[in-house]
Amino acid sequence: MTKTLRFVPFYLLLGLGALISCVPFLWMIVSSTHQTSELFATPPPLVPGGQLMANLSRLESETHFSRVMVNSVGIAVVYTIVSSLLSAMCGYGLAKYRFRGRGVLLGIVLATMMIPMQVLMVPLFQMMASVGWIDTYQAVILPFLANAFGIFLMRQGFLSFPDELIEAARIDGCRDIRIFFRVVLPVAKPQLAALVIYTFISQWNAFLWPLLMLNTEDKYTIPVALNTMIGLTRVDYSGLMLGSLLATIPILIVFVAFQKQFVSGLLGGALKG
Amino acid sequence: MGWFFVGPAAALFALFFAYPLVASLWQSLLRTNGGVQTFDGLGQYRRLANDPLVATSLFNVFLFLIIQVPLMICLALGLAYVLNQSWLKWRTGFRALYFLPAVTTLVAYSIVFRVLLTTDGGLANQFLGLFGIAPIDWLNNETWARVSVIASITWRWTGYNMVILLAGLQGIPQSQYESAAIDGAGRWRTFVSVAVPQLRPVILFTSITSTIGTLQLFDENFILTGGGPNSATLTPVVYLYKVGFRQFDFGYASAIAWLVVVIIAMLSVVQFRVMREKT
Repeated sequence: MTKTLRFVPFYLLLGLGALISCVPFLWMIVSSTHQTSELFATPPPLVPGGQLMANLSRLESETHFSRVMVNSVGIAVVYTIVSSLLSAMCGYGLAKYRFRGRGVLLGIVLATMMIPMQVLMVPLFQMMASVGWIDTYQAVILPFLANAFGIFLMRQGFLSFPDELIEAARIDGCRDIRIFFRVVLPVAKPQLAALVIYTFISQWNAFLWPLLMLNTEDKYTIPVALNTMIGLTRVDYSGLMLGSLLATIPILIVFVAFQKQFVSGLLGGALKG
Repeated sequence: MGWFFVGPAAALFALFFAYPLVASLWQSLLRTNGGVQTFDGLGQYRRLANDPLVATSLFNVFLFLIIQVPLMICLALGLAYVLNQSWLKWRTGFRALYFLPAVTTLVAYSIVFRVLLTTDGGLANQFLGLFGIAPIDWLNNETWARVSVIASITWRWTGYNMVILLAGLQGIPQSQYESAAIDGAGRWRTFVSVAVPQLRPVILFTSITSTIGTLQLFDENFILTGGGPNSATLTPVVYLYKVGFRQFDFGYASAIAWLVVVIIAMLSVVQFRVMREKT
């Protein structure tokens, strides 16, 4: 008992830090359920209010937020499916096949991870402009489908994939493509889950590129729409906070549901390296 | 057969990575004049050297780097070590709470901080008011704006790095702690002489990724302060955005981009060397 007591200040400190971690979250929830005028009152509201629906309908009429959310989800889902599949395939090819140019390709993948995407922005913007794709979803999705980090993650994982399993399937007369989809992918599920989560989050968070590509309100993704709301002359703060909350909730759900894969997805090849 | 699997990704890389990379290098040698681009040699790079805004943005980003990265890594390391102790109660709960900020969308959390740090009636100032501290002009004063950016980034990324370090700590065999205990090493001693040396590669990884992240800082500064006040939080990428996509000076924007690439490459090499020498 005395031992526990001795640690009280220590736990208080840890608790304080944890509180700091949570306050912005709690404030996001509280403030999205109050009117803007109440947010900056003294004392500030500390418990959720009753304005959630009012804020929601204002947000909807101001920025067509339901449409924006559909865009964000749609873009993230399409991107995640295609990009994950490409990453898994490429990672598998790099790990399990010997072919000419493999070393070069691996080098390119590693280089891509080290070179910031901002360098590519000007030429990519010009490319999209020249084919008339500005303000289209494919312009947001296409350039970053081949994701170096995802490929690397998959390659590292597939390196330790048992060759015997592949050989056994081959002896059974399976062709390579079938082996990949029927044997390899199902076995590699946990690794795939981490990849899918990582890919989804990176697209969900993407801001700069969609900001450059999208310029009609009905095509905006959530980060771009939120950015536009800050620029207005009369900023609707409770609407903004509600929008931020709506941007956070899906990721929060994924985190709570798939904690383990979520973390390994975020950390990626950090420790396998 | 290998090419069947890597082909699609390789084609996309060629089109959306290799080509733009070369094009960007070429662009940086051009000058836009009345909508016409002409070859300008290293003209854009000379402009970089004489542009006070480039100097300011580099100064800012190095300031963030020197203060924020060590601060955050130390915090994350301490937290990871503590939250790895088996005697600690509610370990899992604490870990989840500290990791929570890493779940937020960058733009969303920047907006929340913008509202929290509002001068008149913002939650931060109201809290300080309880202790009789006068309201601070967080986002409009040059020094405080920098403090705000550092605080926000630290809030968002400490838990993330903590989890990476925690995973590294869990890879250290228990026997090493035990032999340290037999040698009579105290808590601090064990931390410094067992945990830290073992974690060196992981610390290196977190420092490099954080350094690269800081050099590429955009979302937070763009939303929080827009690079202001008076360019006090301008970063190279925010500047690149303004030059490239508000003034549409593509040549100069490309030169700024390559400056960022070179700095990132150099710093990564330096960090790698430093950490290697110590082991």
